Amino acid sequence: MLIQVENLRYIYAPRTPLARTALDDVSFELRPGERVGIVGQTGSGKSTLVQQIAGLLAPTTGRVLLDGAAAHERTSAARAQRRRIGLAFQHPEQQIFEQTVFKEVAFGPRNLGLAEGEVVERVQWALAMVGLDPAAFVERVPFALSGGEMRRVALAGILAMRPDVLILDEPTAGLDPRGRRELLARVGSWQADTRMTLILISHHLSEVAGLAERVVLLAHGRVAADGPTHQVLGDGQLLRSAGLSAPQAVTLLEALRAAGWQLRTDRLLPEQVAAEIGQAWRRRSES
Amino acid sequence: MNLLLPGMYVAADSPLHRLDPRVKMGAALGLMVLPFGVHTLLGSLLLAALVAATALLARAPMRALLRTVLGVFWLALLMFFFYFFATPGQPLITWGGISVTAEGLAAGATQVYRICLLVIVASLLTYTTSPTQLAHGLEALFGPLERVHFPVREIALVLTISLRFVPTFFAEIETIFKAQRARGADFYSGGLWRRLRSLVPIFVPIFVSALRRAEELATAMDARGFRSASRRTRLYRLSLGWHDLAACLTILAASLLILGLERWT
Repeated sequence: MLIQVENLRYIYAPRTPLARTALDDVSFELRPGERVGIVGQTGSGKSTLVQQIAGLLAPTTGRVLLDGAAAHERTSAARAQRRRIGLAFQHPEQQIFEQTVFKEVAFGPRNLGLAEGEVVERVQWALAMVGLDPAAFVERVPFALSGGEMRRVALAGILAMRPDVLILDEPTAGLDPRGRRELLARVGSWQADTRMTLILISHHLSEVAGLAERVVLLAHGRVAADGPTHQVLGDGQLLRSAGLSAPQAVTLLEALRAAGWQLRTDRLLPEQVAAEIGQAWRRRSES
Repeated sequence: MNLLLPGMYVAADSPLHRLDPRVKMGAALGLMVLPFGVHTLLGSLLLAALVAATALLARAPMRALLRTVLGVFWLALLMFFFYFFATPGQPLITWGGISVTAEGLAAGATQVYRICLLVIVASLLTYTTSPTQLAHGLEALFGPLERVHFPVREIALVLTISLRFVPTFFAEIETIFKAQRARGADFYSGGLWRRLRSLVPIFVPIFVSALRRAEELATAMDARGFRSASRRTRLYRLSLGWHDLAACLTILAASLLILGLERWT
């Protein structure tokens, strides 16, 4: 799906004393299958932006187009496009309401009007995708599961709709380090399997670095930067000016450079950093 | 919260925001009773001017206030419609054996005027006073009932806590609503039964989170040594300042002036 955001502006509670501009003149385009990270300080407009893309909020001015259809409109064309978007809010386990895991995951597919056989198949598939054994889990009560399991059930409920665009708003918030790593690895493999567009919101820049090929940096509701991941997240100064702290890898490379080493700072993953330092070390010992 | 609901508290700074809640509640009560003692056009106009001045002083959101009053105005007009016909007196228009009388028009207009004023005063109070302050004010005003073993403190506490969570709840309902909509839930079509059933995915998560929140709050209060029976002191004590006194005197003087003019003219 081609997502076009054009001069998007959104004001909460306009013309009241509580008015607040959440998004201001935001424009960008997402091509099908792209893996994009949206980063920014708390209150920079990340969540508002993805809700606009999912058509849950109407723009104050500007527009969001999903394959040409305005995202928030109440037309059947727009609704059909919206159904291709899966949005997982922060702490998605809070939306769980059904009595069994099966019913919970089946809620989305049933809303799509699928036949029961297809629904069963999708629930099984989605549970397997999040790493829960369907046979063991379908009949269990979701409220009796652990927090991490509930999160995975909720995500399965969204995956079961087989979205073309998957939006994850802080998917790892509140998980332990191991839970984070596992979930991120899964997200990567879902994207690789289905070639869906992936939009990942996170203030853990290292998580974004591992998954996204492109990063949109928001600051005060505006696009402060939009480019390849290493370019945006490798620019410590840019990130700091937007109120974020640079990833540890970048901070390390910056410190080395400040100490007189000649190396690039836009390396984000541990193995890239190791390679960069190794090369710089060799250059140093040769000269 | 993305909405400015009628009468919603807005944390702003105005002379009225800074007043003691007890003074504001007393003054509001006075301004709500006063219209019922006013019967002349002059008095009514003066009283309206007094309320308008208060609204200006409160830096009230005029647009929102006007919208609220307009809504109530039509309702009141409908309610007191029969006054126009049912009051005996000088007929103005006669139509099919029923006549609108001058006296009836005046009586009906008075009622509409009173209701509108009532609503304005009430929204000015809630607009300038936070729910917590309201609860504290109520507790202070009803304090004497403690003597007859009426649980004023406990009720005030329950009130404060519930009011505290109103915005939280609204925010939560909004998020869950959006989340379920993103999963293809449809809240707008079908008959009554189907629509009611479509709210289950909203209400179950809200109840679950309310219960969890209540439990967490109870634990937190317990951990801080809260006991329901003991006498409590408070961090922010209500205290009357010179501007509270000034406000009391102003309202009192203005009220007496209006009532006096009413008498002697």
